[in-house]
Amino acid sequence: MSRAGHGAAEPPRAHRTPDGGGAPGHVPHAELLEDNPEDLYENAPCGYLSTLMDGKIVKVNRTLLHWLGRSHDEVVGRMHFADLLTMGGKLYHETHFAPLVHLQHEVSGIALELRTADGSRLPVLVTSAVKTDSAGQPQLIRTTVNDARDRRAYERELLRSREKAEREREHSQNLVSTLQRTLVPPALASPPGLEVTAHYHIASPDEVSGDFYDLFPLTADAWGLFIGDVCGKGAPAAVLTSLARYTLRATAVYNPEPVAVLSNLNTVLNTADHEHDPRFCTVLFGVLKQEGRGFRVTLASGGHPNALMLSGSGSAGYIPTPGGQLIGVLSEPDVATTTVHLSPGDTLLLYTDGLTEAHTATDAGDRYGDDALLGYADVLAPCSAEATVGAMTELLNAFGEGLVDDAAVLALGVPPQDEGE
Amino acid sequence: MDVVSRNNVVITGREDGPVIMLCNGFGCDQNMWRLVTPRLADDFKIVQFDHVGTGQSDLSAWSAERYASLDSYAEDIVEICNELALGPLVLVGHSVSAVFAVLAAASEPRLFEKLILLTPSPRYIDDAGYRGGFSAEDIDELLESLDSNYLGWSESLAPVVMGNPERPELTDELTNSFCRLDPAVARVFARATFLSDNRADLRRVSVPTRVIEVAQDVIAPREVGAFVHESIPGSELVTLDAVGHCPQLSAPEATAEAISGFAARDG
Repeated sequence: MSRAGHGAAEPPRAHRTPDGGGAPGHVPHAELLEDNPEDLYENAPCGYLSTLMDGKIVKVNRTLLHWLGRSHDEVVGRMHFADLLTMGGKLYHETHFAPLVHLQHEVSGIALELRTADGSRLPVLVTSAVKTDSAGQPQLIRTTVNDARDRRAYERELLRSREKAEREREHSQNLVSTLQRTLVPPALASPPGLEVTAHYHIASPDEVSGDFYDLFPLTADAWGLFIGDVCGKGAPAAVLTSLARYTLRATAVYNPEPVAVLSNLNTVLNTADHEHDPRFCTVLFGVLKQEGRGFRVTLASGGHPNALMLSGSGSAGYIPTPGGQLIGVLSEPDVATTTVHLSPGDTLLLYTDGLTEAHTATDAGDRYGDDALLGYADVLAPCSAEATVGAMTELLNAFGEGLVDDAAVLALGVPPQDEGE
Repeated sequence: MDVVSRNNVVITGREDGPVIMLCNGFGCDQNMWRLVTPRLADDFKIVQFDHVGTGQSDLSAWSAERYASLDSYAEDIVEICNELALGPLVLVGHSVSAVFAVLAAASEPRLFEKLILLTPSPRYIDDAGYRGGFSAEDIDELLESLDSNYLGWSESLAPVVMGNPERPELTDELTNSFCRLDPAVARVFARATFLSDNRADLRRVSVPTRVIEVAQDVIAPREVGAFVHESIPGSELVTLDAVGHCPQLSAPEATAEAISGFAARDG
């Protein structure tokens, strides 16, 4: 059999007709039979090489030699497979490729780079399989090498876009957490004789949600407090939260009567341009006044979940404010008010519905709910404000993935009287 | 934390035999020792494990901060020895695990009777008067190779495999499972490994040490083997007539002999 072409200068993939194909016309298109195994090997559209188990090259085809720009004698019996690779590729070969070939006798589709004789690099995909003898003993490693320039260029672009996306996501998460921090007070001032603790649980680092709360002095002996939840998420929710928070604080100073405060907020949300952008929220607004050894709390609710009282006597119960409607939807919403007295040992818990709407089972319909929260609080009571918020934080953490929305909790507690007082 | 599940600690071999702990390096998992363990099992109790973040270790114990430092891997080794009351034992560290072994033995010498360092390198990057064999650009190339080769790692499959350690057949169905590694973990591990410089730690080793090098090893060339041998007081150097950085796979018989010969020797 004659050799089909020889010499490194030949084009790698040129298909050459074997000589001696018989008289012209006798076997028409003899070259189309593809019956010359050596030609199929030497001029295949991929690189072939065989090595001993230690990687020493014992056979290599012309295609691969051409890609490498090296002669048969330079490579066979002199070089190891790893010698054909870039330094990074050698490291990868030693730490991953060679161990895998030994452990599982085949490895496929590994991206490496060949270092050619002129110093340039050729991205390739490499597949190897071990040839064993009849007793199952490994003899040789057979390897195919495919040109992967286009694919690797594309993959690099994908990698670069992924890295860019990751950087941007990090950037956006920083923005979100910074923005979120500005929407709740960094620390709450406590009226003398009252313990105040709050916790904000962020459900997603990717999006601003609209829960808010605050506690602030109104007059020498009165304090305002609120907790609320605006509709929507993201930038519009952040804008609405800021608007609601500052409106509540400003109007409360003007007229601290709770119904008036919520009515004013309603007017502001209604008058703002919002034709294509419904803007509403739930709010629980209260005024605190010292009364005896405790506090009188007047609460007005605009559609917000009921506050929960953990009494010093050891029981828990909701403070109903029925009929209160969302703020920002109707021109004159019903606002329900109620008054409670906080005695020493009592703690009042205000929260947003992220807490009670949390999913508790894999079944998406199963929410934590008001009854479960009441049961949990009943076991806790009596409980200080700090311990109550601690217990609620634990509960929120325990929901894990089930907590789909942000949740805020705010507790006000009158410390129990010391014995002997 | 339970170190046995954290590090997937596996104990085999002779129940009442002297203890040998085998630590694999960067790249694959404890299966790296598969061809060596049958040759040690009659005489020794063999302890193997996976570094946190690799193999069948508990991925939830991994963090980029903790495992960016080689000291943390060494601390894990000390914890396993303490928790399972294994010492004093013969500690065998391959490749970067040889550095972990050096750090562990330097901090807790009473836990280790002897050290065996297989193809160790205390620093991979060349430095003034020192040839580690690599430049900083070479290491960048490796990191690129890691990014281009996910080795069967995909986020859709990972939870199936990692969530079912009791069903190894799930793992076996995946190709390249011995070297499968979350690319994020691989990147941190590779940087910690190849950018480290632990030359000064070699002098802190006070237990009897055998250095095993390979005649042709791209990653830890012979001058590095000689450097490690000269830097560890009283150590001995054995050169295996083999090729490649992982003689436990390419020359398992000679590697097992070099380990057992030193481990079994008195004193």
